[in-house]
Order: sequence, then C-alpha cells, then structure tokens
Amino acid sequence: MLEIKDLHASVDNKEILKGINLVVKPGEVHAIMGPNGSGKSTLASVIAGKDEFEVTKGQVILEGHDLADDAPEARAHKGIFLSFQYPIEIPGVTVTNFMKTAINECRKARGQEDMPANEMLKLIKEKAELLKIDRKFLSRSLNEGFSGGEKKRNEIFQMAMLEPKISILDETDSGLDIDALRIVSDGVNKLRTKDNALVVITHYQRLLEYIVPDFVHVLYNGKIVKSGGPELALELEEKGYDWIKQEEAV
Amino acid sequence: MELKDKLVSAFMALENQVDLDHPVHDIRSAAIKVFENQGFPTKKEEAWKYTSLKALEKIDFSIFPRESAPLEYKEVKQYFLQEMDTYKIVFVDGVFSSYLSETTHQGIDVCLMSAALTKDMYKPVIEAYFNKIASVDENLTALNTAFSKEGAFIHIPKNTQAMKPIEIIHFASGASADMMLQPRNLVVVEENSEVQIMERHQSLSTNAVFTNAVTEIYADKSAMVDFYKVQNDLHTASLVDNTYIDQRDRSIVKVHTFSFGGKLTRNNLNFYQNGERIDSTMKGVTIIGDGQLVDHHTLVHHRQPNCESHQDYKGIYDGNSTGVFNGKIVVDRLAQKTNAFQQNNNLLIADKASINTKPQLEIFADDVKCSHGCTIGQIDQEAMFYLQSRGIGQKEAQALLMYAFANNVLESVRIPELKKRINALIAMKLGVNLGFEL
Repeated sequence: MLEIKDLHASVDNKEILKGINLVVKPGEVHAIMGPNGSGKSTLASVIAGKDEFEVTKGQVILEGHDLADDAPEARAHKGIFLSFQYPIEIPGVTVTNFMKTAINECRKARGQEDMPANEMLKLIKEKAELLKIDRKFLSRSLNEGFSGGEKKRNEIFQMAMLEPKISILDETDSGLDIDALRIVSDGVNKLRTKDNALVVITHYQRLLEYIVPDFVHVLYNGKIVKSGGPELALELEEKGYDWIKQEEAV
Repeated sequence: MELKDKLVSAFMALENQVDLDHPVHDIRSAAIKVFENQGFPTKKEEAWKYTSLKALEKIDFSIFPRESAPLEYKEVKQYFLQEMDTYKIVFVDGVFSSYLSETTHQGIDVCLMSAALTKDMYKPVIEAYFNKIASVDENLTALNTAFSKEGAFIHIPKNTQAMKPIEIIHFASGASADMMLQPRNLVVVEENSEVQIMERHQSLSTNAVFTNAVTEIYADKSAMVDFYKVQNDLHTASLVDNTYIDQRDRSIVKVHTFSFGGKLTRNNLNFYQNGERIDSTMKGVTIIGDGQLVDHHTLVHHRQPNCESHQDYKGIYDGNSTGVFNGKIVVDRLAQKTNAFQQNNNLLIADKASINTKPQLEIFADDVKCSHGCTIGQIDQEAMFYLQSRGIGQKEAQALLMYAFANNVLESVRIPELKKRINALIAMKLGVNLGFEL
C-alpha cells in the first residue's frame, strides 16, 4: 500500500532522512521508534508532503502512485492522514465547520458532490460517539483552548471522519494521561480494518500496549537501523536507545 | 481653485442658509478661522505622516450638492439590515431623505441635526453638548464644525433603552458631480441608558466623494453605547471619520470599525474618560487591496482612576494597499489603577502591501497596567500545512486562516444580523466560499 524507497530529505541543506526503506501493507500496524532528533517527525511530514523539506532522493509511493508532485491536500485526497504532534488552533472555526470544509474539499477533489447536510451530521455524531466526544465540544473553535488530551482526541476524530487509507500518528501519546491514552487508542483500534494501515511514531512502548504493532522499526540518525516484531519495543523500553547507538557506532 | 480656498469662500454662501443669530453660528465662525489658518493637514505633520490628502485637494468637489433625484428603496435595500426592525436616519447627498428614514420622538429622539440646531426645544442639549467634545483646533474637525448643519441627532434620556438599533446611512448619489460631504452627528446618552448604532457611508456612482464626518458621543453615568462603523464604500470614495467620545462614571462604550472598501479611509477615534470605572473598547477589522489606504488613529485619554480600555485591531493587506495604525494612550497622574490594553496584528499577503504600526504611550501615573503589542506577519506555514493535510486546498486554507485571524474581533458584535453580514463580507473579501454557513 505504502512504499518508501531510499528516501532522503533535507531542510536548509541539512540532510535529515538518509535513505529510508519501508513497506506497509493493508491491515498492518508499523511502529517507528527512536531517540529525539532521529528524524521521526520529519519522516511523517515528508510523507504528508510538507514543502519545508526537500526530497533529494528516493520515493514515497501510495498504491503504486509516486507522490513526488502532490501537494499535501492532494495526498490527503488520495488517503494519507497525519495526526499532528502539535495540532494548530483555529479561532472562529468550529470543529464541525472545519470537518465540513475538509470532507467536502476531499469529495470535490474526487469529483463527488458535497455531502448532504443530514448525512454529514449523522456521520459526525457517529464518529464523535466512537471517540466519546461530547456534542458541546464540536461547536468549540478548533483546538482553541483544548487540553492536550482533547487535541489528540480531536485529531483521531478527524481521522475517523476522513477515513484515510494510511494514517500516520505522530507522537499521539505525548501529553496524554492514562485515561485519555486509553480513549484515543480504543478509537484508533476501532477504526482499523483489513484495508487500511497505521504508522505509529512514538518514543515510548506505552502506546504500543494499546495499539499493538505488527512491526517495530528503530529510526536513528535518519535511517532505519533495526526492524523486528512487537518484542523489539519491549527490548527498547528495557534497555533504552544507547545500545542501538553503540551498535551503530561499531 | 484649491479645495481650501473653495471651502473658505463657500462658508460665505453657507451664511445665507443658516441662522446667524443662533449661538452655534459663533462656533462655526470660529471654526472656519481655524481651518483658514491651518488648511488641510500635510504629511509634515506627525499624525499625517503616512496619509496624504493632496490628491483629494485637487479634485473640484461640489460643496453644496444640488438636490438629487429620490432613491428608490429597492436600489439601496442591500445597505440596510433586513431581518430586524431599526430606526433609520438616511441622507442622500447630505440631504435628509424622509422617505428612506424612520425617525422617532417617542421617549427618545432619533432625528436630524438640522432640527436640533434650529428648534428651541433642543437648545439646552445643543448648548450643553454640541462641539463640547470635538477638538476645536484640529484642522478637519474644525472644517466640519464650520459647515455643521446636517447629520444625525440622537438623544436617549435617563434610564431608557432604545428598543431598536439605529442605522445612520449617508448615500452619495453622485448624480451631478464629484462631491464633498460633511455630516455632523451628535449622540447624547444619558445616565443608565443604552443604544446601539450603525453607521455607513455609501457612494452609488463612480464620481468621487470626499466625506469629512464628525461624530460626538456623550455617554453619561452607567450608559452603554455600541457604535458600529461599516466602511465598505466604492474605490472612488474617501472618508475622514472624526469621532469623539466623552465617558462618565461606569459607562461602557464599544466602537467597532470594519474597513473593507473606499480609496482613502482615515479614522480618528478619540476616547476621553471623565469619570471612574469606565470601560472603553475599540475594535477593528481591516481587509483591503490594490489602491486602498486605511489609517486608524486612536486615542484613549485616561483622566480618572480605575478605568479600562481595550483595543484590538486586525488588518489584512493585499495588493499595494497601505495600512496605518497609531494607538495613543495617555494616562494622567490622577488615573491610578488604569488597565489599558492595546493590540494590533497585521497580515501582509502581497509583496507590495505595507503597514505602519505605532503604539504611543504617555503614562504619568505609577500604578497602572498598560500592555501593547503589534505584529506584522505572513500566513503561518505550519497552520497552512495542517489545513492542507486535511485535504483543504491552498487558497481555501489561506482564506480560512485569514478568517480565523480576523474573527475574534467579531465576538463582541451584539447585533446577530450585523455579525452574520460582517462574517459574510470577510469571506467575500477573502474571495472564497468557506463551505459552511457563517
């Protein structure tokens, strides 16, 4: 479904990603772990098409289609979703109105008519329930004054609304207490199907107790230096990242 | 003939139209002398550094427009609020249009300055308030005072709430020629009373219009005044709006200025706090493009203790437009415990657009809170990426962010239909359908 081939990316002529290879198949969950500054968030942004980063080599391919020339919105239309580590506040635009705009922009891009208002409301209600989101929350300005947990829950709500093929969750667990973490991961798990896939970026094993990965990759210094099953995450939790750094140094 | 000379000689013609024995005429005569001495302000004056009236002074404006053909309501319907009942004071080329207006004398006076200046029953109010708040030595205010003859007169007696909002609309039909208009408004709101007022200037033809307006607002103890200025005129119309507000104990006055249209718009908004526990609020949204200039000069003079002032101006500048914001706050030594807040945020969305923003604080008291901040920026790229990653196209994402940027100024608009219309205007100015009902 998603194929990343020898991906190199730079910002201000500084190379951050130095040859990433990754294949994600439908139904799979991949976890990407790694120490601070290893390039995890850059990888997420590059997949989503942020133009601050320059792809100097390699490809990001979604369902056989090279995304090189696609703007972020075009990638979203094709089914890529990025859950932000730091969601942006938009005063004056309610969660509901924001979702209406996003859904209808995606539909327009796919040559579909706007979603009828009653259908939209039904969908919003259904997905809000899935994430235990209160109706009052939906008429608040997007992310404005939201707590860390509310912001993350709102990100997953957007994911539920947009029904992407592949979702990248960038440090979705950061800033969450244990209850919020449970609600968010329950929501994510309910959204999993055999046709979509997840890439979960995290520092800690904690999230992976709730969203169980099929594969765990360790990103260090712009490269995937180790891949394995869920047990790798446990090993990292126990030993930290130093042994990876040492192995790399050797 | 330059405009100044033309105006000075026109004053003699005015003297044939008004009652020379009325005390107001002494005020007019003194004012024309001030204008004759000072003329129009030039860019050499600090307060007019960025805004030149030179081009306007070269236009051969007619000072006393001829009576024009009456306007049909359907031609101008769009400029009125539709969904609610309002009082209306409407002028066409400076002349009162009784046909388009809805005035009242029941409990409150919503009527004409010409009536207030000539009828004996209004004499006490005129003597107490007319030209008492407005500056007597500022060039353009003096010019307006010299020609003051017509405008809106609103008087709300003690303990009275105006049941409907009041719309003041000045149409320029432009039927005959380029035109200069000088409306003079007086709003007196007595103790514990309340009123909401909207004002707009609307040109209906492409002949040039230069409006030099003066509004005096007196808010007595515990009075509440909401004043909304909708500036969305044609690109051939220029406006200098001089508004002077005198507030007494515990009064609350809010002025919102929405500047979207016009060629040159200068707002001189002056608050004088002559009492304690006063709240003064001024908010503005400016969205302009090619060939436009909007200049906001605000003054808040804190003269007494325990008062507050809040200023929040947002501007979005496209094309080669120019914006100016100069916010002056004076806190007298007596005005302890003043809380003065000022914010001016600007977005420049084109390379040739410019903004000059200047806070000007003169604080003589030692126990005050004064905060001010101005920002000039472009659209936040991180926010753009966030919206785009949700499938929202670049143009729509930009518009949504600009909308969000300007939006919080609207929160304090208390007339729902007006809020809706300003929202729609902002969306229209940003050239995008946001995809939801605002």
